[in-house]
Amino acid sequence: MPSLAWLGIFFFIPLLLVLVISFAARGTYGGVEWTFSLANYATLLDPLYLTIFVRSLALALGTTAFCLLLGFPLAYYIARAPLRWQGIWLLLVMIPFWTNFLVRTYAWMFILRTEGLMNTVLMNLGLVASPVEILYTDGAILIGLVYGYLPFMVLPLYAALARLDYSLVEAAWDLYASAWNVFWRVILPLTKPGVIAGCILVFIPSLGAFITPDLLGGARTMMLGNLIQHEYLVVRDWPFGSAISFVLMALVLLGMMVYLEVDRGRGDGRRPSVW
Amino acid sequence: MGLNSVEIREVVKYHGTVIAVDHLSLEVRRGEFFSILGPSGSGKTTTLRLLAGFERPDQGEILIEGRSMREVPPNLRPVNLVFQSYALFPHLTVFGNIAFGLEMQRIARAETQSRVHAALGMVKLGSKHDRMPSQLSGGEQQRVALARALVNRPAVVLLDEPLGALDQQLRQEMQVELKAIQEQVGITFIYVTHHQEEALTMSDRVAVMDHGRVLQIGSPQDIYESPVSAFVANFIGLSNLVEGRIASMTDARCTVSVPDLPTILVRRPGGVVEGSQVTVVLRPERLSLARDVHRNGFDNTVPARIDKTLYNGSEMHYLLRLSNSALWKVRVPNSGAEQKRFLNGEAVFVRWNADEGVILSE
Repeated sequence: MPSLAWLGIFFFIPLLLVLVISFAARGTYGGVEWTFSLANYATLLDPLYLTIFVRSLALALGTTAFCLLLGFPLAYYIARAPLRWQGIWLLLVMIPFWTNFLVRTYAWMFILRTEGLMNTVLMNLGLVASPVEILYTDGAILIGLVYGYLPFMVLPLYAALARLDYSLVEAAWDLYASAWNVFWRVILPLTKPGVIAGCILVFIPSLGAFITPDLLGGARTMMLGNLIQHEYLVVRDWPFGSAISFVLMALVLLGMMVYLEVDRGRGDGRRPSVW
Repeated sequence: MGLNSVEIREVVKYHGTVIAVDHLSLEVRRGEFFSILGPSGSGKTTTLRLLAGFERPDQGEILIEGRSMREVPPNLRPVNLVFQSYALFPHLTVFGNIAFGLEMQRIARAETQSRVHAALGMVKLGSKHDRMPSQLSGGEQQRVALARALVNRPAVVLLDEPLGALDQQLRQEMQVELKAIQEQVGITFIYVTHHQEEALTMSDRVAVMDHGRVLQIGSPQDIYESPVSAFVANFIGLSNLVEGRIASMTDARCTVSVPDLPTILVRRPGGVVEGSQVTVVLRPERLSLARDVHRNGFDNTVPARIDKTLYNGSEMHYLLRLSNSALWKVRVPNSGAEQKRFLNGEAVFVRWNADEGVILSE
């Protein structure tokens, strides 16, 4: 019962408030006018907002994919390192959390801007003739998001890989599996819960991210997080902001439910196809 | 290609600064059931991992079917390992586990199916093809692990203490079955164990290892009857070791004088000289006990006192205190109810023939 009360006070009641407000209308001076309409949800179908939805979804998926691609080898390396080194590597993965996220994002601005570290190095090496304009693009947002959420991918992957019985890897190798097949047929299926956990932990916050797109994406690009913040704090249209928040949450929940359903179905059909 | 399935030539392997395998050389013949027997840390498992390709020798060379295994990774070696922990893939069915190696070799589906079926039949698991490993008993998992190796028809099957996790009765059943399967398929088996009974019952030949070196290679009978060192004698079965000096020799026999005991007659081995210090091995089951000193045909008779008795169902185990205060173990089969048993503290005579004793060659 305490857990139910906790959930109620800190989750369901605020959620209900957001839901109720999302059906209201904006007052003339930014307040909430208690009427009932679906107008806020209809506005979301405007191509202007749909673009932001699609961009957010694409960037969040891209972030998840890159985090998985970078995080898996890293987590595997840490999990296979001698025990006393594992702690050190994990600490190094987590150390960035000790610094303010805003400060770290500003640091990326210094690295990525036209006269920044990255371009200086690239030009001095003669790899590019003129500076690469990457700051204030979707590419910069992607880099910032991957940087920010990589630890959320590495930690669950590490947990899954550390639990993996290495003799299974050796068994596959002994049974004529190439490196790729060892990974694809044994390591990946057995660490799937960690992969799923990592992907969820990266996808959900990056879908709603607003500091990174705000600083690295500049004024031209917006993600859902920025849009919500914009509606609440700049336009002071709380009802519309609430509607966006609600749709965002519904999307995430729907995605997860579809995934879980698909996964359960696959779990039932485990019998080998040859039978 | 010769008769040898496996040749290990002067292989050295270090783990850090510790030498795990020390200038090891041995040859395993095709179709042989070859055991490597040794205590933990003797280098036997490292030897197996070197053969499987999980570890590389620091020096020396390994040949399998006449081919050098230098730079050959595990997935390209014609060997399959049965892991101590079985290492069955928990996400695959019994069928999926056994078919894994065939699928990796891109064997056609129809052939895969018939070969997996045959392998399942061989290990008597025909009806359990669709189970998950977690639904099987330890013994069944062990059979799946064996089938998963055999189905590939490798040149050599490597077995790393595969019966270690089974209870005593199942272990004995599996020993018989494993040997029968090996004879049926004719594949070379290299079997690593610390369990001397397993090595003796199943093997054509046994190599006894300690500290990364092979101490003795021979048939189970050679190893048991003529151990070359006290380590081998003690590791393979129980033995009583008696230190003495060769007092005199005839063509066939030596007389060994032991402090505070009557002299002992032993079969004469090659290469011993009068006056040298030797160790005589006496197996507990080769000694017999009597209350009287009647010689009736025995070459040796030594007085002793019963120190402890232990009833073991099929045998009586006696611990004897000798006049030189040494302790000897004697085992007497329990043949019938009228058989006389000895009691603690009773004075007895230990009797045996010269041929039952072995002088260690080291």
